[in-house]
Amino acid sequence: MGNLGSIKNMFKYIGVESKIESDLDKIKNASKILLPGVGSFDTAMKKINESGLKEVLNEKALKEQVPVLGICLGMQLLTNSSEEGILDGLGWVDAKTMSFKSVIDKKYRIPHMGWNIVSESNESKLTDGFKDFDETRFYFVHSYFVKVENEKNSILKTDYGLKFDSAIQKDNIFGAQFHPEKSHKFGMNIFKNFAKI
Amino acid sequence: MLRTRVIPCLLLKNESLVKTVKFKEYNYIGDPVNTVRIFNELEVDELMFLDIFASKEGSSINFKILKDIANECFMPLSYGGNIKSLDDAKKIFKIGFEKVVINSNAFDNLKLIEEISKYFGAQSIVGSIDIKQSFFGGQKVYSHHGKKKQSIGIVEWAIQLEKAGVGELLITSVDKEGSWDGYDVELIKSITHSVQVPVIANGGCGAVEHIGEVVKKANASACAVGSMVVYQKKGAGVLVSFPGKKALEEVLR
Repeated sequence: MGNLGSIKNMFKYIGVESKIESDLDKIKNASKILLPGVGSFDTAMKKINESGLKEVLNEKALKEQVPVLGICLGMQLLTNSSEEGILDGLGWVDAKTMSFKSVIDKKYRIPHMGWNIVSESNESKLTDGFKDFDETRFYFVHSYFVKVENEKNSILKTDYGLKFDSAIQKDNIFGAQFHPEKSHKFGMNIFKNFAKI
Repeated sequence: MLRTRVIPCLLLKNESLVKTVKFKEYNYIGDPVNTVRIFNELEVDELMFLDIFASKEGSSINFKILKDIANECFMPLSYGGNIKSLDDAKKIFKIGFEKVVINSNAFDNLKLIEEISKYFGAQSIVGSIDIKQSFFGGQKVYSHHGKKKQSIGIVEWAIQLEKAGVGELLITSVDKEGSWDGYDVELIKSITHSVQVPVIANGGCGAVEHIGEVVKKANASACAVGSMVVYQKKGAGVLVSFPGKKALEEVLR
């Protein structure tokens, strides 16, 4: 998952310009950053560390404070660490990424894959307009989940054997465990909100 | 709690969508892109596209159609039909699909599944098994769109696919396909008992009650539907539709 093609398709559909970029100089000029995730935690962090992207991202997210949205693994990268790997995360949000396998009942199949509902834990610009839906649901695919240290950084929660943080926020930094690009009107709402921030 | 996914399984034949009965009788349904637009508006859970001729005749993947579909769809998409290499999978994912469905090509090359699973993760790959009553001696595994009988046992093959790294299994009863008379509950149950990965039941769905039955009795994680969502009713004309949320909640309760 973490599909760049679908993300770009959805932004195009809602009329927002987006670019898939790996060139550090171009990322330096971005007004907003979306951080998808492909592969495993350590593979992604290793790439971020070795490519020089880490310095650029830190500059953009922490100094310039441009809005950043991490999706799926991209949200997990925002945390301090993950049970999936040994490398440090970006650590922008005080949270950790944990494995479902070690904590939930065996009757729950892993990955957590499919549509699930979310409930709001704290208000956020990212989840604006959710009250207009009678039930807000998203498409999930993941084997690891995020647990925030400070409850005020949790904006959505989802139940799968336990309640985990399905969306998080700290200041200009946002994370979504689900896939907005695959969650039709619900996902479009998230992307539209992010575009407006 | 996770919602049970109901997945329209759409069959591509060249540039068209068709529907089959027991993997035969290719009836024209419509233009794929127009049809997915309707499913998009109906906000279906997920869509699966299988190019039956690509697997049967070994023809190449029609990337153009897949691209047109992905540009229209904002729901999880999977594609199956003659995926031969990691490169094929890479191209399909780049277009905007998130899962590939592999059936026939796994028999000669189980490594293909390992490779894709390692590169993109198990969630990106669906192992598909077609099962058909053979003339002698019960249900057997068939590949190449029901053309080629395989000697391996059904459950044994399911376990091998799981070990190789598929994230889900699509279990299709060829005898039930297009029949409207319900899933092969016993077959699905034999698989869900033997593997950990989610199982998608396929073949035979003709009413929402069939979905409730296979989920409750056989522990299916998801249900693929075909005829029911492309025809008005059995023997009637084409009508693209999707069961309502209430009706589904009722049978899944």
